[in-house]
Amino acid sequence: MNNKDGISQRYLQLYNDNIERIRQNSSPLLNSFREEAIGKFTMMGIPDRKNESYRYTNLASFFNHDFRNVFMPSESDFLKAEEFRCDVKALDTHGIVLLNGFYPTLHDKLRELPGGAWIGSMNEAAEKFSSAVAEHYGRYLNGNNDALVHLNSAMACDGVFIRIPEGTRLRKPVQIVNLVHANEDIFNQHRNLIIVEKNAEATIIICDHTLSPGRFLTNAVTEIFVGENARFDIIRIQNEHNNAGKITHTFIHQERNSSAASGNITLHGGLVRNSTHHYLGGEGAESNSYGLYLSDKFQHVDNYVSVDHAFPHCTSNQLFKGVLDDMATGAFNGRIFVHKDAQKTLAYQKNDSILLTDDAKMDTKPQLEIYADDVKCSHGATVGQLDKDALFYLQSRGIDKREARLMLMFGFAHEVVQNINVEALRERIDSLVMQRLRGELSRCASCMLRCSE
Amino acid sequence: MLEIDNLWVAINGKNILKGISLNVKAGEVHAIMGPNGSGKSTLAAVLAGRDFAEVVEGSIKYMGRDLFDMAPEERSKEGLFLGFQYPIEIPGVSMVNFMKTAVNEHRRHKGLEPLSASDFLKLMRDKKELVEIDSKLANRSVNEGFSGGEKKKNEIFQMAMLEPRLAILDETDSGLDIDALRIVANGVNKLKRPDTSTIVITHYQRLLDYIVPDIVHVLYDGRIVKTAGKELAVELEAKGYEWIRNEVDRS
Amino acid sequence: MGKENDKVIGEVTSGEYKYGFYSDIEIESIPKGLSEDVVRIISGKKGEPQWLLDFRLKAFRHWQTLKMPRWANLRIPDIDFQDIIYYAAPRKQNTVDGSGEIDPEIKKTFDKLGIPLEEQKHLAGVAVDAVMDSVSVKTTFKETLAEAGIIFSSFSDAVKEYPDLVKRYLGTVVPYTDNFFAALNSAVFSDGSFCYIPKGVRCPMELSTYFRINAANTGQFERTLLVADEEAYVSYLEGCTAPMRDENQLHAAVVEIIAENNAEVKYSTVQNWYPGDKEGRGGIFNFVTKRGLCRGENSKISWTQVETGSAITWKYPSCILKGDNSSGEFYSVAVTNNHQQADTGTKMIHIGRNTKSTIVSKGISAGVSQNSYRGLVKVLRNAAGARNFSQCDSLLLGDKCGAHTFPYIEVDNQTAIVEHEATTSKIGEDQIFYCNQRGISTEDAVGLIVNGYAREVINKLPMEFAVEAQKLLQISLEGSVG
Repeated sequence: MNNKDGISQRYLQLYNDNIERIRQNSSPLLNSFREEAIGKFTMMGIPDRKNESYRYTNLASFFNHDFRNVFMPSESDFLKAEEFRCDVKALDTHGIVLLNGFYPTLHDKLRELPGGAWIGSMNEAAEKFSSAVAEHYGRYLNGNNDALVHLNSAMACDGVFIRIPEGTRLRKPVQIVNLVHANEDIFNQHRNLIIVEKNAEATIIICDHTLSPGRFLTNAVTEIFVGENARFDIIRIQNEHNNAGKITHTFIHQERNSSAASGNITLHGGLVRNSTHHYLGGEGAESNSYGLYLSDKFQHVDNYVSVDHAFPHCTSNQLFKGVLDDMATGAFNGRIFVHKDAQKTLAYQKNDSILLTDDAKMDTKPQLEIYADDVKCSHGATVGQLDKDALFYLQSRGIDKREARLMLMFGFAHEVVQNINVEALRERIDSLVMQRLRGELSRCASCMLRCSE
Repeated sequence: MLEIDNLWVAINGKNILKGISLNVKAGEVHAIMGPNGSGKSTLAAVLAGRDFAEVVEGSIKYMGRDLFDMAPEERSKEGLFLGFQYPIEIPGVSMVNFMKTAVNEHRRHKGLEPLSASDFLKLMRDKKELVEIDSKLANRSVNEGFSGGEKKKNEIFQMAMLEPRLAILDETDSGLDIDALRIVANGVNKLKRPDTSTIVITHYQRLLDYIVPDIVHVLYDGRIVKTAGKELAVELEAKGYEWIRNEVDRS
Repeated sequence: MGKENDKVIGEVTSGEYKYGFYSDIEIESIPKGLSEDVVRIISGKKGEPQWLLDFRLKAFRHWQTLKMPRWANLRIPDIDFQDIIYYAAPRKQNTVDGSGEIDPEIKKTFDKLGIPLEEQKHLAGVAVDAVMDSVSVKTTFKETLAEAGIIFSSFSDAVKEYPDLVKRYLGTVVPYTDNFFAALNSAVFSDGSFCYIPKGVRCPMELSTYFRINAANTGQFERTLLVADEEAYVSYLEGCTAPMRDENQLHAAVVEIIAENNAEVKYSTVQNWYPGDKEGRGGIFNFVTKRGLCRGENSKISWTQVETGSAITWKYPSCILKGDNSSGEFYSVAVTNNHQQADTGTKMIHIGRNTKSTIVSKGISAGVSQNSYRGLVKVLRNAAGARNFSQCDSLLLGDKCGAHTFPYIEVDNQTAIVEHEATTSKIGEDQIFYCNQRGISTEDAVGLIVNGYAREVINKLPMEFAVEAQKLLQISLEGSVG
C-alpha cells in the first residue's frame, strides 16, 4: 500500500470507528447522505498532487497524522468559548460561536432574528425545518469531484444553519466565530447551510480562530443558496496558527439577477486551502470573489476558485493577491467556465503575488474554458516584486525604504480589502494587514482570552 | 439623390424615429441638428445599414434605388459614406491595408483595375495632405491609439480616398479643438463637388460656420420639427433647444 | 447583423484542402505492426551503427512500459499501434540511369506543393530537405552550404557522415523517456533533417524541411536535430501536408535544438497537415515533441508556429533557458475549424540568471472545434532576474466552438517578474460593419481582421512564408461559421 492509500486508510478507519456515534448524534437527513459519500471517498481517496486541482498543495503533510474525531464538546468547553469576544469593537453583528464545529448546547439551538430569519444549529434545523433543509442540503455540490467534500458529507454532524426568508434584508451581519479548542489533536468537520431567499439580503462574516496550540485539521463545507434578485456577501477571516490545517469548501448557487460576493482573507494558518465555487444559475447573476493571503514561515495558502457561467448575461470577477515571506508557498487556481449558450458573459480574473525571499514560492494557474462566442473574458497573473519606480518615488519624498515598502505592500493588499462591504470590518482588516506586514500581529491580538500569551 | 419618406425606426420596440421625410438633391448640403437623444445618430446608422435598429415603416431611395435592398458595403461602393461618431479601432490591421482593400473594392465595383502599389501610395500621400494628417498614421493600426482628433481626421481622410457621392458626417465636430475643426471642415469643403451632397449631423452650430449648409433641419424626439435655411442654425444657437422644446410642446 | 454575418461567412465555400492529392508512387514498405523486429528492420534498412540501434531498442523497451496518455481537453480515439506501417519509402528515389536525378513522380509531387527540388527554380535563399513518408528524397543547396561549413542533410545521411556529431547531441534535449510519443519516435524514427552551424557562422540562407505524408496507413516519425555552435545563427522552417483520407494518420515527430554561447536559432513552422473533412472524418494526429536548449550564455531560441492543419494537434515547443542571459520566444497562431482539436502552447524553463522569455499565442476557433493554449512558465530557484511576459488571446468565430487557456506559472525566485495576460472575445461586429461601410465584404472583413489579429505572429515568419501563412489563415477559416 502506498503512502497515499495509507493516509486515506486513516480516515476510513476514523469513519468506521466513529460512524455509530455520528449517526446517533445527528438527524436522519444528515445521516441519509453518509453511505454514498463514504463510498465515493473510498473510491477517490485523499487527493494527492496528481490530482490537477491539488497540483500545488501537499495535503499529506497535514493529513498524515493521527487525529481524533470530535463529538459534542463539553459544557465547560462551551463556557470558555462563550467568553470569546470578537476584537472588532465597532462591529455590530448577530453572533454565533461554533466550537470544534458544534453549535453550543447552552443556547436555544435556533434563534429567530428580525424579519423572520433563523440562525442556529445545522443539525437542529435538519430536524425542525427538515423540508427546507432537504430542499437545499447537498444540492449545490454540483459536479463535485473533491474527495474531501465527500468525507465531510460522510462525517459532519453539525454546523451553522442560516435562513433569510423572501424579501428580508438583514440589517446587521451574521458573524460566525469558528473556534478550535482541544487538548488533543482533532479533526473537525462541520457543515454549514445558508439559504438566502428571493429578494433577501444578508452579509455573513466567518472568523476562524484557534484557542489552543495543538495540531488541528478542519475540513468545512458551506453550501449557500442565493435566490432570485437576492444580495449576499460572505467574508471569511482566517487567523489561526502554524499547526492548524484549514480546508474550506464553499459552494454558492446563484439564481437569476442575484449578486453574491465571497472573500477569503488569510492572515495566518499552517496549511490553508480555500475552494470557492460560484454557480451562476440564472440570467443576470453577478459574482465577485476575492482573496488576500499574507504568509510567512512554512505556511502554505492555496485558493481554488471556480466560476460557472451556465446562463447568458452573467458577470463575474475574481481578484486574489498575496505577499509571501520566508519559506511560505502559495497557490492559486482560478477557473472560469463558460457553458455553451452562456452568451454575453463578462468574466474577469486576476492573481498577483509578491515574493519577498528566494525561499518563498508561488504557483498560479488561471484558467479560461469557454464554449460560447459572444463573451468577454480576460485574466491576468503576475508574480514579482514591488514596483521599483514607485518605491523610488516614495523614497524621493523622504520616506525611508522600509516604510515605503510597507506602504506599497499595504496598497497592494488594500485593493482586495476594499471589497469588504462592512466598514468596521474593513477598517479592522486594514489595520490587521498593516500589523501583519510589520510583523507585529500576534494572533487574536486583543481577544479576551489572551490564549497566545 | 436621397429621398426619405415617412421613416419610422424602433430600437428594442421603442420608436426612435417617428416619420422622418427628407429630400437631399445633388449638390446640396443639409444640416441636421438636434438635442441629445433626438435620433440623429440612429438616422445616420440606418442610412449606412447598421441593423441594430428596426425599420418599422417608410422607405428610403438612394440614387433611385431602394436603400434597404442594399448591403452596407454596396451602399459604400455606390458612394454613400458615413463618418462615424465613434470610429472603430481594429488592432493589427494597418491603415494602408485597410484603405487599399476598400479603394480596390470600390474600383472593382466601377469596373476599374486595382491600383498598383505605387499609385495607391501616391494617392494616400495626396489625400493625406488634404486633411493635414500625420503621415505616420498610415503605418498604424486602424484607429488604434489615435486621439479623438486623429480619429476624426482619419474619417475625413477615408472620405477623401473613397470620394463619395453622399457623405453623412455624424457629429464629426465632437471632441475637436478649433484647429482640428477647421482642418476637418476644410477637408470636407475641398472634397465638395457640384454633383455630391453632404449631410452634416451636429449638436452645435460652430461646424456650420465652416461647412455652410443650404438647408437646416431640427430633429426633436424622432421628428423633423423645423426646416429652414442656414439662418436657422444661428437662431438655434442663440435661443437654445429649449426654444424648440417649447414650440413643439405648444403645438 | 450577427445572423447575416454568420450566414455570409458560412456561405463562403471552396475552403477545400489544397494539398489533399495522392501521388501514385511505387513504395516499398514493411508490414503493419510494431515489435523489436520492426525496430531492427528500420535500423537495418538504414545501415545504422550499433549505438543507434541500441538507442532505438532502449526507447522501444521503455515505450512498452508506457500507456497512451489521456489529455484533459482532447478527445482522441483509440490508436491501434499495431495497425500502422512504420516504414514506407518511395521505391525509386533516383532515376534508374544513375545520374542522381530525382524520380520525376516525386519531383512532380513537390512541384505541385510549390516546393521545386531544382535549386535554380527554387526561392532564392532557401535550402530544402524534402521528406516523403519515411525518407528524405532530396536536400538542396547541400554543397553551397558546405562551403560555409554548414552541415544540412537528411538525418540518415548525417548518421553515416557525421556519426560523432549526431551521437553527441541525439536525445540530449528530448530524452526517449520524455513522453509516450517521444519514446515511440526514438524507437522507430525513420528520417528527418540534421543541421549543424559551426562557430561564428551566420547561415546565409533559410533552411527548411518539407514533410509530406503520401502512403496510406503509414505513420510519419521524423526527427530533426539542429545545433548552433557558438556565435552561430540560423533560421529554419518546416512545412507539412498530407493527402485527404478518411482514416486518421499519425505523425509523431521530435525536434531538438541546441544553442551554444551567443548562438541564435529561429525555428518556424507552417503546419498544414490534412485536418479531416467537415464531418471530422480523417486527418492527421499531430503529436510532436519540440524542445530547444539554450545551453550557452546569451543564446536565443525562437519558435514561431502557424498551425492550421491536423485533426488533433498536441505540441508544446519549449525552451530550456540554461545559459545566463539566454532568451526564449514562442509566437503561435493556431486556427481550428470544423472538428479540429488543438492543444498547444509552450514551456519556458528558466534556469540561468537573467533569462527572458516571451510568449504570444493567438488562438482562433471556428466551427465545432476546440482550441486550447496550455503553457508552463517555471522559474527555478537560482534563476535570478528572470523575466517572462505572456499574452494569450483567443478569438471565437461561432457559438459552437471552444477556446481555452491553461497557463501554469511556477515561480521560486523573488527577483523574477512573470506576467500573464489573456483575453477571449468574439470577432467584433462593429469592426465588420466598419469594413462593410468602407465597401469591404464581410468575408474579406473577417479575413482582414483575423490577419490583423494574427499579425504580431505572422510578422515573425520569414517574408516568403508570411505571405503563404496569411493565405492559409484565410483558407482555413473559409466556410467557418454557419
